[in-house]
Amino acid sequence: MKREIPLIITFIAGTVFVVAYFVPHSPFNRAESLFNDWFAILAAFAIWLGALNLLKICALKVSRRSKDWYLGFVIIVGFFVTVAVGAYDGVVGLSNVPATAFRDPGTNFDWIYRNVYTPLSATMFAMLAFFVASASYRAFRARNFQATLLLLAGFLVMLGRVPVGDLITGFLPPAYQMSQWATWIMDFPQTAGQRAIMIGIALGIISTSLRVILGIERSRLEGE
Amino acid sequence: MKKLIAPVIIVVVILLLYFVVPKPLEFSPVTSTIILSLIGLALVAMLILTIAGKMIGRRTVFIFIAVALTLPFMMNFKMPIRITPEVQSLYDALEQLPAGSKVLAAYDFDPPSAPELQPMADAFMTYAFKKDLRVIIMGLWPQGPQQAQLSIEAALEDKEVAAKNLQYGVDYVNLGFQAGNEFVIQRMGSAFRGMFARDSKDTPYDDIPLLKGVENFSNIDFVMNFSAGKPGTQEWVQIAVDRFGVTLGAGNTAVQAPGMYPFLKGGQLVGLLGGMSGGAEFELVTGEPGKAAGFMLSQSCAHVVVIAFILIGNVAMLLARKKK
Amino acid sequence: MYPLRSAALIVVLLVLTGLPLAAQSDIPIDSAVVDSATVDSVAPFPPLPPTNLEAVDVANDAGGALSLSWTLSPDDASLVTKYLILRSSGDGAPFAIIGETTQSQNNFTDNNAGENKDFYYRVVAHGEGDVDTLKLTSQANTSAVVGPTHSTAQWFHWGRLNVLIGLIAVCAAILAYINVAKSGKELYIRKIAGIEAVEDAIGRATEMGRKIFYIPGIMDMDDMQTIASIPILGRVAEIAARNETFLDVPVSRSLVMVTAREAVRDGYARAGRPDAFNEDQVHYLTDDQFGYAAAIDGMVVREKPATIFYMGAFFAESLILAETGNAAGAIQIAGTAMPSQLPFFVTACDYTLIGEELFAASAYLSREPKLLGSLKGQDFGKGLALLAIVLGIILELLDQAYDLGIGFLRILSIE
Repeated sequence: MKREIPLIITFIAGTVFVVAYFVPHSPFNRAESLFNDWFAILAAFAIWLGALNLLKICALKVSRRSKDWYLGFVIIVGFFVTVAVGAYDGVVGLSNVPATAFRDPGTNFDWIYRNVYTPLSATMFAMLAFFVASASYRAFRARNFQATLLLLAGFLVMLGRVPVGDLITGFLPPAYQMSQWATWIMDFPQTAGQRAIMIGIALGIISTSLRVILGIERSRLEGE
Repeated sequence: MKKLIAPVIIVVVILLLYFVVPKPLEFSPVTSTIILSLIGLALVAMLILTIAGKMIGRRTVFIFIAVALTLPFMMNFKMPIRITPEVQSLYDALEQLPAGSKVLAAYDFDPPSAPELQPMADAFMTYAFKKDLRVIIMGLWPQGPQQAQLSIEAALEDKEVAAKNLQYGVDYVNLGFQAGNEFVIQRMGSAFRGMFARDSKDTPYDDIPLLKGVENFSNIDFVMNFSAGKPGTQEWVQIAVDRFGVTLGAGNTAVQAPGMYPFLKGGQLVGLLGGMSGGAEFELVTGEPGKAAGFMLSQSCAHVVVIAFILIGNVAMLLARKKK
Repeated sequence: MYPLRSAALIVVLLVLTGLPLAAQSDIPIDSAVVDSATVDSVAPFPPLPPTNLEAVDVANDAGGALSLSWTLSPDDASLVTKYLILRSSGDGAPFAIIGETTQSQNNFTDNNAGENKDFYYRVVAHGEGDVDTLKLTSQANTSAVVGPTHSTAQWFHWGRLNVLIGLIAVCAAILAYINVAKSGKELYIRKIAGIEAVEDAIGRATEMGRKIFYIPGIMDMDDMQTIASIPILGRVAEIAARNETFLDVPVSRSLVMVTAREAVRDGYARAGRPDAFNEDQVHYLTDDQFGYAAAIDGMVVREKPATIFYMGAFFAESLILAETGNAAGAIQIAGTAMPSQLPFFVTACDYTLIGEELFAASAYLSREPKLLGSLKGQDFGKGLALLAIVLGIILELLDQAYDLGIGFLRILSIE
């Protein structure tokens, strides 16, 4: 029985979503919304599972003084400081007129958000620029005919997408300048490739979903 | 201890630069030309080093990218920007909306991708306010509505917009964030009210004048989505466009944009702003060159440096092949 | 006994889920009811009214919506500022404003029409200086009344018939091939280098005496790619356990953590080493995209794993992770169905499972006939898509060349 309940729930939920796509009549449309709400509620509560696990592992690291234990310490301090500041702002905000939430502009929490969180995450994202350069330097080689073709297309798009491309080909009539070549590559060969991958992915999703809904792929639920 | 030396030096240099360099710093055209030429010469030097048999390490590549990205911020070169068809079509679609049309602006990005998406989002908001479009803001990402707030502040700095004396709740409204990813879009298809019972200022939905008569997507004239991932444009296409028939325009990060072309070609997207250059084009087409247009030199330089290093890498490969 | 019990459970669940559904919400009657006593200033030149007002039920929906359309007032471009939509439930009930559209717009959808309730509509061309609460029904700028009309819910969305046919064909093919596979017939499946390399990659970590990292992407359990990633993780855990190599699984979603733990536990059990499994091998870091990337980068730089797997949904962090892993000298196998991230994984990883290969990987690794059969079914779907594309092109070309005006592509498009 322990094995069947998850399978039955999966089957019902999956079928409802599929049927609701084709049958607009109630109860399917309502059942679809209901299941959506359930997932949102479950996922929201589950956050605690993760947060507690993170704290537990960090606390163990610190208490055992294992390698790099100080990083765990930073996480614990960061976690509680942010939570405490948010809670403080929330409580204080209640007595403001009109009441403010902890996330509103001007709160301490907002300060942390703007001056710690924002620059740190933007830095991580910005590293992409450096890694794109080093990865293409290392791997973008004209090893064979196809690779050379790819390389040429890459050059045209990279130059054509920014103003410098048209500067270089400025001697040509506007309709033949590099930005037009880039547009052509993006519109046709690129889109064709994207579509092919998308069709394959969609079929993969259909087949995986079917296996999950019908309980053929049980590994998701019980390891096998 | 040794590990700490390099970071400490970098921090000290940055602090020095911060306090010593006058602000705002702008290089004269001559200095700018000299700097760009020096970068070019250094690249040639790298090529010569490679031919001489020395392999260039990835840290050298990083330094070049850093220099090519940052220094042009302080240069004032006008770059000729060509409007691509996908930006033009978005603009044309927006131009057809009569004043007073209701536009839903979905901000589905957060601070990490803000440097890339914020300029275009700001330009869009400014344009929408100038055209007297009524803007309804929402976010499927928790931080999205906060980014929208920044866009509003940026738009209000514009003199023409400021003169309109726009009123919150009448000319624009921020519905805030709603958890639930694409399911939110799905539920909005039957009733906005069900997903956003109150706006971000805690005003009940029915007390907001702008939302009078707005039940679901059928009362919205245009949807604009700024997206940095999932949920994002793809979800808006799959649900809002395919199931509820909205007219959708999108602004995406440059990495994501190529994936949107099938939707663009299929007519599910009326237009697309791809990355910083898309933002620059939009600024230009709406006649307000701003941040994104200013970053184009920087991006051009970085692209040229990347291409130069790809060439250098290929030269190294050819030389290695010859030796064999 | 099983079918009986399952059936009983299904009935109970259906009843439970049905209860809240039965509670139909009433239609909120909103907006200002027009008070015939208030008479305000009338615009000096009221615009001419809109004509040909029509109200029809919105097709293919769950009911509750009526679509209105009209011919614009002749004064649309000059005097009209907006159109007001008025509704009455009949029997002498007053007309109330239920919405408005901008000037030059000639349609409106009333989404509060309930199911099977009769309504009457009229549309007012509203001019400069008019006040909303005028005696609208007697004004010269008001269209004729239409109605009664009512909205109904449909049992089938006819605009999606083509999708249904396609879906049934693909699903039938998948199930048919699964049956063929179950009957013991050998199915030819092409080799995928990335999957063949999994065992060697784990073996390398064993030789070097270093860790293996398995990154299941940054999406939650509601993403198909994450679901596809979990069985692969189970397989990797099994091989790692057999080789006595440590497997570290940092995740970014709590639900993924719980599910991944089960998969790893079972992998260890299958390898005959259930005692070696430690729950904290699968641990949560953060939901934040770049926080997660930063944490993994740090772990990779400090711990120098021999092998890293990236299987699931990845976004901008893909290259940030893969380049760091590459610099740390790890052998890397990636798999994702995010087209925009594939180029990054291809350049920075040793092997990459492209799109559908990720979904096929669990079937390959398990070699279970039922799963392999479903791959064959997928190929059938691909054939179908190809056929549709070629046929569509030919028919559309013919249509255009001979001006048949049939619009074959419409048949294939989804509503």
